[in-house]
Amino acid sequence: MDYFLTDTQAEIQNLARQIAQEKVKPVRAELDEKEEFPWEIMKVLAQADLFGLYIPEEYGGFGGGAFENCLAVEELSRVCIGVSVSFAASGLGAYPILLFGNEEQKKKYLPQIASGQRLAAFGLTEAGAGSDAGGTRTTAVLDGNEYVINGTKQWITNGGEAEIYTVIAMTNPARGSRGASAFIVEKGTPGFSFGKKEKKMGIRSSATRELVFENCRIPKENLLSKEGMGFLVAMKTLDKSRPGIGAQAVGLAQGAIDECVEYARERRQFDQPVISFQAIQHMLADMVTQTEAARALVYAVAKFIDSDPKDVSKASAMAKLFASDIAMKVTVDAVQIMGGYGYMREYPVEKMMRDAKILQIYEGTNQIQRNVIGAALIKEAAGKKK
Amino acid sequence: MNIAVCVKQVPDASDVKIDKATGTMVREGVPAILNPFDAYAVEEAIRLKEKHGGKVSAVTMGPPQAGEVLKHVVAMGADDVMLISDRAFAGADTWATSYTLGLGLKKLDSLDLVICGKQAIDGDTAQVGPGVAENLGLPFVAYVRKIVEVSGGKMKVERLIEDGYEVVEVSLPAVITVVKEINTPRMPSLKGKMKAKSLEIKPLSAEAIGAEADKIGLAGSPTKVMKVFSPPPKGNRERIDGTPQEQAARLAEKLKELKII
Repeated sequence: MDYFLTDTQAEIQNLARQIAQEKVKPVRAELDEKEEFPWEIMKVLAQADLFGLYIPEEYGGFGGGAFENCLAVEELSRVCIGVSVSFAASGLGAYPILLFGNEEQKKKYLPQIASGQRLAAFGLTEAGAGSDAGGTRTTAVLDGNEYVINGTKQWITNGGEAEIYTVIAMTNPARGSRGASAFIVEKGTPGFSFGKKEKKMGIRSSATRELVFENCRIPKENLLSKEGMGFLVAMKTLDKSRPGIGAQAVGLAQGAIDECVEYARERRQFDQPVISFQAIQHMLADMVTQTEAARALVYAVAKFIDSDPKDVSKASAMAKLFASDIAMKVTVDAVQIMGGYGYMREYPVEKMMRDAKILQIYEGTNQIQRNVIGAALIKEAAGKKK
Repeated sequence: MNIAVCVKQVPDASDVKIDKATGTMVREGVPAILNPFDAYAVEEAIRLKEKHGGKVSAVTMGPPQAGEVLKHVVAMGADDVMLISDRAFAGADTWATSYTLGLGLKKLDSLDLVICGKQAIDGDTAQVGPGVAENLGLPFVAYVRKIVEVSGGKMKVERLIEDGYEVVEVSLPAVITVVKEINTPRMPSLKGKMKAKSLEIKPLSAEAIGAEADKIGLAGSPTKVMKVFSPPPKGNRERIDGTPQEQAARLAEKLKELKII
């Protein structure tokens, strides 16, 4: 369908598509098999100026928004979401600085992230805290001109590969989630190390590691916003980034459909291509309809976010929730249509189905998304005059 | 460092069909692309610019639509372009083309280096690079696989030969042709694509570059194509398939059968 993209948006889409086809597709199976971080591809994306899509021009970016970023993420995801999450997670790490950083922090870090010269990452989750940010155990204690951080973050995307981390830690544990603060920590800071690389079901080329802080001292200038704002920083960051997960889901679903349609036209049973069977056509019809609906929602939400409204939590959660549920369903059906071939590692839909599951889990499970939407509904209803 | 790159628009070789009646290539409906070998030349020029400063100018001779490859090259990171285009150039062979490109290059100020791809994938002659050097009166190194260093008005390069490579030092300015071993050409950048989009290309005519009428186009081309044909297939051949081990075993067997070993 034509979404009436501007010339610039169409260029972004074409460029990301070209990189996905020429540089990612030939290596995606190998990256998955070897669980290898896609550094070569990250360099190509950096050289193509794609890391700075949503970063203002004054900080070395392209001056676009969430929508432009979604277009690039979707195209990369059409081929491999292990690669696209490594790309998108740098944005997740950058948003806290973009949204809450002071001028010095923005000037120092955003140009490095926009150029792709250094990757960023976002550290929120812990063994006992994820969606329940109040359960955060990592602490940051002010000592003279430095904060001393102690604790362990878990399952951090781009962990070990990224050089700029935005990390949530408690400055006042007694206050629960209101006692959390956000900090910028650079790789190489003494007392900051990484745990083992996790073995995952899908998105296996992406790096997922623990961030370990042992008396890690950072300058107090690395505090983002004010003490106690950490939870808000995290929530506003996720509000901005969730449509990106939606874009991953749309791309992934489309990629599975592309493979499936091609296969169904070639595969012959009972003297005809299997796509001539209504059973297959109807499955494909549902898959493309649902994917197009997800795309329309993700694009609409991304554009809504770029209009800078006061609250985007509900819309942002809907984009992530709907698109990722669709991606899971579509990839399961894609394997089904391809039958035995679909189940084999030789064909890409097997990986796509494994990859899809994470979309319903990370950046808040889809149950949490429903909570966010439900809470917004209650708030809206309570605010209405009778 | 001011670098010029000579580029050519060619038909996409992955999709070539031959007209059986005439024995010539069917050009209609075949997409035109940047000659793949020229992409290595462009990449190397951009790398040199990134390292030493200066600028990269891309030069092509061709019909007006050849401007498309110049846009591609700008999207990769070239600064300036020159399209030499005139009906009078039609039918040029490598001799006339080298003369014409040479005149275009002479219009560029203080060139330090001219880089060409080793050959174009349509003509496959590999003659235009050296031809340009001759027309400019500059030293020439063919088949460069690595630029080792550039300093003090000189450049040290490795040039690919059949059984290895030679290390050659050449004074600048110079002309070189490069092979695919030299680098991996980059994808276009978004900023480059935006620049290419708004780029207005003004073609330079034969008169604008000061070309003499009898040295350009068909009139200036001593090459006459007598006949184009596909060589007949060679008979008596057997293809051995299988794993490398199976192939080697079968080959050895066969050679013994034929009493060669």
